[in-house]
Amino acid sequence: MFNEVLHTIPQVLIDGLTLGAVYAVIAIGYTMVYGILELINFAHGEIFMSGAFIGTAILLVLTGIGWVSSLPAIVMLIAVLLITAVLTGFLGMGIERVAYRPLRNAPRLIPLITAIGISFLLQDIVRFIAELKKGNYIVTGPSLFTHQLSIKASSVSSIFNDATIKTSFVIVLVTAVIMMIGLDLFVNRTKWGMAMRAVAQDRETASLMTINVNKVISITFFIGSALGGATGVLFAVQYGTIDPYIGFILGLKAFTAAVLGGIGNIRGAMFGGLLLGLLEMFASANLTLLSHGIFGAEYKDVFAFIILILVLLFKPEGLFGKPVTEKV
Amino acid sequence: MLQLNNVETFYGGIQALKGIDVAVEKGEIVTLIGSNGAGKSTTLKSISGLTKVKAGTIFYNGTDISNKPAHETTLLGIAHVPEGRRIFPRLTVKENLLMGAFSVKSKQVIEERMQQVFHYFPKLKGRLEQKGGTMSGGEQQMLAIGRALMMKPDLLMLDEPSMGLAPIIVEQIFEIIKELNDEGITILLVEQNAYQALQIADRGYVIQTGEIKLKGNGHELITNDEVREAYLA
Ligand SMILES: Nc1ncnc2c1ncn2[C@@H]1O[C@H](COP(=O)(O)OP(=O)(O)OP(=O)(O)O)[C@@H](O)[C@H]1O
Ligand SMILES: [Mg+2]
Repeated sequence: MFNEVLHTIPQVLIDGLTLGAVYAVIAIGYTMVYGILELINFAHGEIFMSGAFIGTAILLVLTGIGWVSSLPAIVMLIAVLLITAVLTGFLGMGIERVAYRPLRNAPRLIPLITAIGISFLLQDIVRFIAELKKGNYIVTGPSLFTHQLSIKASSVSSIFNDATIKTSFVIVLVTAVIMMIGLDLFVNRTKWGMAMRAVAQDRETASLMTINVNKVISITFFIGSALGGATGVLFAVQYGTIDPYIGFILGLKAFTAAVLGGIGNIRGAMFGGLLLGLLEMFASANLTLLSHGIFGAEYKDVFAFIILILVLLFKPEGLFGKPVTEKV
Repeated sequence: MLQLNNVETFYGGIQALKGIDVAVEKGEIVTLIGSNGAGKSTTLKSISGLTKVKAGTIFYNGTDISNKPAHETTLLGIAHVPEGRRIFPRLTVKENLLMGAFSVKSKQVIEERMQQVFHYFPKLKGRLEQKGGTMSGGEQQMLAIGRALMMKPDLLMLDEPSMGLAPIIVEQIFEIIKELNDEGITILLVEQNAYQALQIADRGYVIQTGEIKLKGNGHELITNDEVREAYLA
């Protein structure tokens, strides 16, 4: 049995890292907003979903006018990613301005419920528009990348099976990693990134440093939502078919990843996402085998939420949570 | 330079300031003394804009700054070193100082100001990469004042800089406050440590449950019987 598990490792690594990278980038959005407002922005999953729809809509329009076949797919993708990121960035920023800012000093439960309300609203708006335009809320976009690569893991060691990887997976992984590195540099190396950390640590004192706290919060929402929306595009490219409810489960899992890495901690969220993706893919590939057929691969989702519950029970500050003493 | 006229400030239903008049002239050291909960910190917060003013006016160099948000009053040259230092715990000492110069674009100016801060607080120079939260109380106070100096303020408001510090450190901090004042920075100093504050102050106000109880120059207040009894015993 052990050998059979080993056989699957190369494929689990590839699929797990790709899925994990998607979780990681979305988790960043949850963790950034939590870090600065102590708000769990449940609408973030729907920002991701909106990004998937906006990206697909752009691709469909461009296909209609014949651009998709005439331009290299990678150029198309970059253009769509950028446009979608900007649009979802403004969407997230707008939501904060309209729905969360007026509740800044309200008891914490109130903005939380508002966030859930915004989630439903976005699902319904997207569903309405999709049905209006396509007659169906389940939408399939054009495929940009259809190649497959084969990785000869068996030539490294005969224990491993060969793994296959779709070009789209490589693109998703690479783009997600670029986004994570970019964000990390922004937060740790730039003046506004520093301001963002200062506001997260002590909002009042940050305002005494001539920092416009509202502006920093807007920027935070913009960046988190832009990353989330761009990840939505990646998801659409990877899986082809999307619906207005994809943000729910994926959002919950990304949130789990954020909690796993210590909510509020950006690098923790990245790591939590990758780890969760790997665990989930491992479970999906091996659950049947390991449980002698009692649990099928469909239990992989349960797996993610068991992790969430275990973390909340035993290590609520997450794997990389900031020690309580620093939270003065 | 700074005039508070009949300022009233509330926290929810609680009235913390009940019509306060305070004036600070350019180049002065003015101190606010009073017991716990008297409204000293609230006075500073009302000036810098951390709390909303319900009634009355605050003028700074002729402009009405009542209810201007903190990020705007600080741009006008008012630096507020809050009670309890409020260092950013997970930023390094260097990053904390850079935050003070957030509105400054020029790298060269930032570098010059940093050197001035090291002139007053040489100890910070060797600690640039240390996280603010791991500094000792005295070091944090120096960092908090240094961070405010990075703004090159005209008016420096200090809220209990001596709180929780060993006498010898308090001595140093008061020395530096005098030095800064000699350099031309106007000082508004809130202190529990009334005796030392009145010794370096040009003038002082005694505040009690949200009202100005007494005012006068430093010497007058030190020798005033009421003050002696209540704050210098
Ligand atoms: N955030 C707040 N919410 C409610 N009440 C407050 C708040 N901050 C201060 N107060 C109240 O306002 C009054 C004045 O407080 P303030 O902090 O200005 O006093 P202080 O003179 O600075 O006292 P201390 O010497 O203890 O620092 C007190 O009664 C205090 O309880
Ligand atoms: Mg106080």
